[in-house]
Amino acid sequence: MALQGAPALALENITVTFAARDSNDTRYTALKDATLTVAPGEFVSVVGPTGCGKSTLLNVAVGLLEPSSGSVKVFGEPLVGLNQKAGYLFQTEALMPWRTGLDNVTAGLEFRGVSREEAVRRAEDWLARVGLAGHGHRYPHQLSGGMRRRVALAQTLILDPQIILMDEPFSALDIQTRQLMENELLELWSADRKSVLFITHDLEEAISLSDRVVVLSAGPGTHPIGEFSIDLPRPRDVAEIRLTPRFVELHTNIWHAMKDEVLKGYARTRIQ
Amino acid sequence: MQEPESSKGPWARIRPQQGNLLVWQVLMMIGFFLLWHVLAVPGILPPIYFDDASKAAFFFGEPLKVFARVWEWFYSGDIYAHLWVTLWETFLAFVIGTLSGLVIGLWLALNPVASALCDPYIKALNSMPRVILAPIFSVWFGLDIASKVALGVTLVFFVVFFNVYQGVREVSPTVLANARILGANPKQLLRYVYVPSAMSWVFASLHNSVGLAFVGAVVGEYLGSSRGVGYLILQAEGTFDINTVFAGILVLTAFALVLDLLVTLVERRLMVWQPRQGETERI
Ligand SMILES: Nc1ncnc2c1ncn2[C@@H]1O[C@H](COP(=O)(O)OP(=O)(O)O)[C@@H](O)[C@H]1O
Ligand SMILES: [Mg+2]
Repeated sequence: MALQGAPALALENITVTFAARDSNDTRYTALKDATLTVAPGEFVSVVGPTGCGKSTLLNVAVGLLEPSSGSVKVFGEPLVGLNQKAGYLFQTEALMPWRTGLDNVTAGLEFRGVSREEAVRRAEDWLARVGLAGHGHRYPHQLSGGMRRRVALAQTLILDPQIILMDEPFSALDIQTRQLMENELLELWSADRKSVLFITHDLEEAISLSDRVVVLSAGPGTHPIGEFSIDLPRPRDVAEIRLTPRFVELHTNIWHAMKDEVLKGYARTRIQ
Repeated sequence: MQEPESSKGPWARIRPQQGNLLVWQVLMMIGFFLLWHVLAVPGILPPIYFDDASKAAFFFGEPLKVFARVWEWFYSGDIYAHLWVTLWETFLAFVIGTLSGLVIGLWLALNPVASALCDPYIKALNSMPRVILAPIFSVWFGLDIASKVALGVTLVFFVVFFNVYQGVREVSPTVLANARILGANPKQLLRYVYVPSAMSWVFASLHNSVGLAFVGAVVGEYLGSSRGVGYLILQAEGTFDINTVFAGILVLTAFALVLDLLVTLVERRLMVWQPRQGETERI
């Protein structure tokens, strides 16, 4: 039985150390004592410089990666194996290239034993919701990058996960497509307020979407260095909200907190 | 700059280019047979290399006689039984080799311990010239079709096996992780992820494996049989009937091309999900 009032997702003192495959002494500590919670129905964004360990954090949250130390709790219960309550949108292509868009969306239902007709009916409904009605018969390589993202979104959301984990889902898209999809995401999310943990390296994206923004330090030994409540009114339009004074103010505050870390991360990647 | 005069002449229109390739290809073939004819038939050219004018024909045959032989085979229907045997052997070798390669490849690729254990033996078996097994198969399976199928299977098996093995290993870790998070159990992963990925590699090697099945059948027949196109060639060789040997080779080549064409058609149907270069529809 889930604890009443427990956070949807709680990452506590997570440390992840990668052992190099060739030798034992070149270890790399990607995350160190990282603590992060997501309340039920909350939209939390995590920003941090590239390579700091954002994907690693999300892989821990979904159960693909076991942390070296620390605990993961899902609605108050310790996570064992894969996180059954979470849907995951990968940073890179994760659709099965040998299945059509529609069949990719039905996959999760088929794995759960839902009948084919029922799965197809619901998948078509979801394809329509992400704006892809009539494109279901196409294979991933026949779709544009933005369309593939929509298929992936439908593939995840059709399973009605209580926690949605997204790893820079729109970073590969052009700015127009990206803002369209951000608005669509907000619309889908506001319909039934799931918990969202959204990873991005783009501060503006983080502010315009979230209830709360968590800033990560540069690696190695990444951990949160700041949390900011975003009190912008909803419903939001991600393009318009960027022009409001409050947005600019928040952006300035957070940017000041981040700047040193970004420069640190940048210096580190330059040295490598 | 001035255009070179020749590019505007009639040659510009008839020179090999997209659109008339087929015509030129046919012309090349006719040219080849003409050359063969002129060089080989006694009395057309004075003897250059051989001291006797009819020796060239003895070694290289005469295209007209070769065609006459092919015509005779098909007209009288003598060849059909032999062709049928060869194609049947090819088919059986292909199916058995592909299925066993698929099953064993999947099994080994998904069992790290088993694959580590068998690794040196697989490498050894693969680098061994397997055609050398043909005489052993003749002893084991007799001179009937079984020994030819066995030879073809050993040739096809390794091509398919290695491709399946590769296909399983090349599965994108992201696709795999995604399927697991979507709720696939190990059996479903096999069916929905590993097998389709492996199949794409198997199809990519389809031309190769069909070709090898054919090679297995013909070589097997050639080394000892009482039926099949390889047998016809073997028999003709025994009586120094070079024209019949060439006729057999011609028929085999034609059927190899037909098989290849069939594979291309099957491939088009099964591999729709794979991107092809410049895939646009012309209006
Ligand atoms: N499996 C691994 N083995 C070793 N190092 C890794 C592994 N995965 C990630 N890393 C390292 O951990 C750091 C964080 O990676 P990642 O979480 O992908 O960063 P990002 O914030 O860009 O998503 C990087 O420096 C990367 O090189
Ligand atoms: Mg990442």
